[in-house]
Amino acid sequence: MDIAAQIQQAIAEKQTLTIRGSGSKAFYGNVPTGEVLSTQGLTGIVAYDPRELTITARAGTTLKEIEATLAANKQMLPFEPPHFGDGATLGGCVATGLGGPRRPYAGAVRDAVLGVELIDGRGQCLHFGGRVIKNVAGYDVSRLVVGSLGILGVLTEVTIKLLPQPSCERTLSLEINELKAIEIMNQWAARPLPLSATAWLTGSLVVRLSGAESAVNAAIVKLGGEKIADGAGFWAALREQTLPEFGMSPLWRLSVPSTTPPIAGTSCVEWGGAVRWVVDSSDAPRHQAVSAGGHATLFRGIGYPAFASLSAPMKALHLRIRQIFDPHGVFDSARLNP
Amino acid sequence: MTGLPSSFLKALRNTLASDGLLTAAEQMVAYESDGLSAYRQIPAAVVLPQNEEQISKILRLCHQFQVPVVARGHGTGLSGGALPIPNALLLSLAKLNKIISVDPLARTAKVQPGVRNLAISQAAATHGLYYAPDPSSQIACSIGGNVAENSGGIHCLKYGLTVHNVLEVRIITMDGEPLTLGSQALDTPGYDMLALINGSEGMLGVITEITVRLLPKPERAQVMLAAFDNVEKAGQAVGEIIAAGIIPAGLEMMDKLAIRAAEAYVHAGYPDNAEALLLIEIDGVNEEVSDGIRVVHDVVQRCGAIEIRTATDDEERATLWAGRKAAFPAVGRISPDYYCMDGTIPRSKLPEVLRRIAELSKEYGLRVANVFHAGDGNLHPLILYDANKAGELAKTEEMGGKILELCIAVGGTITGEHGVGVEKINQMCAQFATPELEIFHALKAAFDPLGLLNPGKAVPSLYRCAELGAMHVHHGQLPHPELPRF
Repeated sequence: MDIAAQIQQAIAEKQTLTIRGSGSKAFYGNVPTGEVLSTQGLTGIVAYDPRELTITARAGTTLKEIEATLAANKQMLPFEPPHFGDGATLGGCVATGLGGPRRPYAGAVRDAVLGVELIDGRGQCLHFGGRVIKNVAGYDVSRLVVGSLGILGVLTEVTIKLLPQPSCERTLSLEINELKAIEIMNQWAARPLPLSATAWLTGSLVVRLSGAESAVNAAIVKLGGEKIADGAGFWAALREQTLPEFGMSPLWRLSVPSTTPPIAGTSCVEWGGAVRWVVDSSDAPRHQAVSAGGHATLFRGIGYPAFASLSAPMKALHLRIRQIFDPHGVFDSARLNP
Repeated sequence: MTGLPSSFLKALRNTLASDGLLTAAEQMVAYESDGLSAYRQIPAAVVLPQNEEQISKILRLCHQFQVPVVARGHGTGLSGGALPIPNALLLSLAKLNKIISVDPLARTAKVQPGVRNLAISQAAATHGLYYAPDPSSQIACSIGGNVAENSGGIHCLKYGLTVHNVLEVRIITMDGEPLTLGSQALDTPGYDMLALINGSEGMLGVITEITVRLLPKPERAQVMLAAFDNVEKAGQAVGEIIAAGIIPAGLEMMDKLAIRAAEAYVHAGYPDNAEALLLIEIDGVNEEVSDGIRVVHDVVQRCGAIEIRTATDDEERATLWAGRKAAFPAVGRISPDYYCMDGTIPRSKLPEVLRRIAELSKEYGLRVANVFHAGDGNLHPLILYDANKAGELAKTEEMGGKILELCIAVGGTITGEHGVGVEKINQMCAQFATPELEIFHALKAAFDPLGLLNPGKAVPSLYRCAELGAMHVHHGQLPHPELPRF
């Protein structure tokens, strides 16, 4: 049965549908509820010409396949998405909007999304954006839906802007405390350096430099520090959260202004200071994030709503927008909004 | 003369400073059009609030009296987004022109909407930072207008559009209430409302404060000119540069008519035997630029460039860019009027689209000068016409419409960076089907249920599209009917 038909049936039977690719990010957000609507049958790269610097693929295509295809042409997804599982799909990547270590330097998932095809809660197939890099016709719905966890519709196809792979990447490590590391992350980002990732954990600031070999080498001379042999392995482990810092639950992700001073209980600082990971069984991180001007997500674990609550007018606006895309309430909205 | 109720005007007068309300036609003539001067309309009244509180009161009054409002920055927009609407209030944000703060460590600037684009970079310069999006009107255009139109510029292939460079936007909704979209962090819970407000053409709220991201100024920038005896070769070189793994900071293309007009105007030293030229700017750290220039040199040579020149100093770089930056006024010198299009296409379709534009030019007997942001496929064909010749503007608009439909047919869009406004509203019917247009109308209603903000712009009514039904038939006859519409 095609997706539109499944939606029609669910409306008729007053069922809730929860959209699922491979389930690699089922832990993210509030606990999924309802009948599973699978996107795994929607596979395949629809269009890819390296000269266009864009790729269009069906939502159930695995990130693995996409990344391998791009790598064969020395290109990449700019936002370095975490997979959190072998079968991670493009649709799940866009629906969660989760980016990896390169995000503060090369843009978020939403920055790279150029167009989407989605099936809304009435079973209508809609197209927004396109396959070109610049497009301001109509409201930017293709970016609006990034990170909405499938509550506005089923993503069926996505077009993404790409980047060439840097010809050289090196990783440096400096032993330094958290306060100093946050300061340095911000100071270096204000200088013309080929930064592509930064993290602080277990007393070390780890920095990745990417670009032409000559440029990377020149930066190493300027910055000092110690070269890490398996830099790629380190960033992959950080991205996939296989490091011990991420092994404990409940794990909070605090998204804050990058210059926010150290937050108590932080085990890892990422994204140039803009993300702090805290393990805490209370919801104290939620209040810490708000007082810093940001918000906290309960990334792994249960006991509290996954996402920070919205102000009353913002919540009302969200509900009005949800009503447009899903007037029958067929999609599992609790996943994003309790 | 104004058709607005006197009690409404009296209430406005009580809200604003003595020079904050204009109602005399001779005072309002400066507001009759934006950068798309083919369309003119004297507003019913003009308000010039000085702060957010006044804006809030004005919108509350408009809400109460059901008076439509058109917000305006500095009026440089090219699609009529700030064109006054009969019986509507024109709300100028020109007096909200303060840079509230620059945070050099966080690399952000908090500004009011009437601040000029270039003024942000000037304020950030002492910290070695700048605001990347640089529409060619950056000396004059307002940052609020940039957000409303999601403006681009020469450098957006590498540095993105406005939407990629804005962290937080504060708006006042039509009922007078403030709402903050985005934040000082890199993401916010819920839907990406920040994406929605960028490019919303003044339809969802009045922007009162913006936090932009600042970037470190590149250590070095170098520009190369490559001339070709054939437009297709130049088009091919563009794709090959990208395929070689280079993302130029700027990658611009001009055709023969544009080159000649620019050369006659600013004497940039462009080769006079060229059919097309590329300007390729590489920026970054010193070593990176040297490597990049070397790679690009090889690529353009392989693609058959008949002349390659690399600027050796800032003065030469400025001269090479001068011709491109002056292309529009230069074309203005060789024709009484010109009409600027803004379609975007996949780069690989460039030769095909150029051929078809040349055919249309012959068919309509109107010359076309082509200027492109080639790196991102954004075309600015300039149709040369004479508004004093009876029927020539109508002929030009018809031909322009055909160029836009051609852009849609090859998988592109009717507007890359100028917005829909009033200008391209009919072509929206060709680009989007009824269900998408219904969603757009509903999104507007979610912010502005009475439809008082800039009504009739950006999204055509379904009725209008039905009236224009013939266009769809025509669209079906274009090349590649099998391509999906975007």
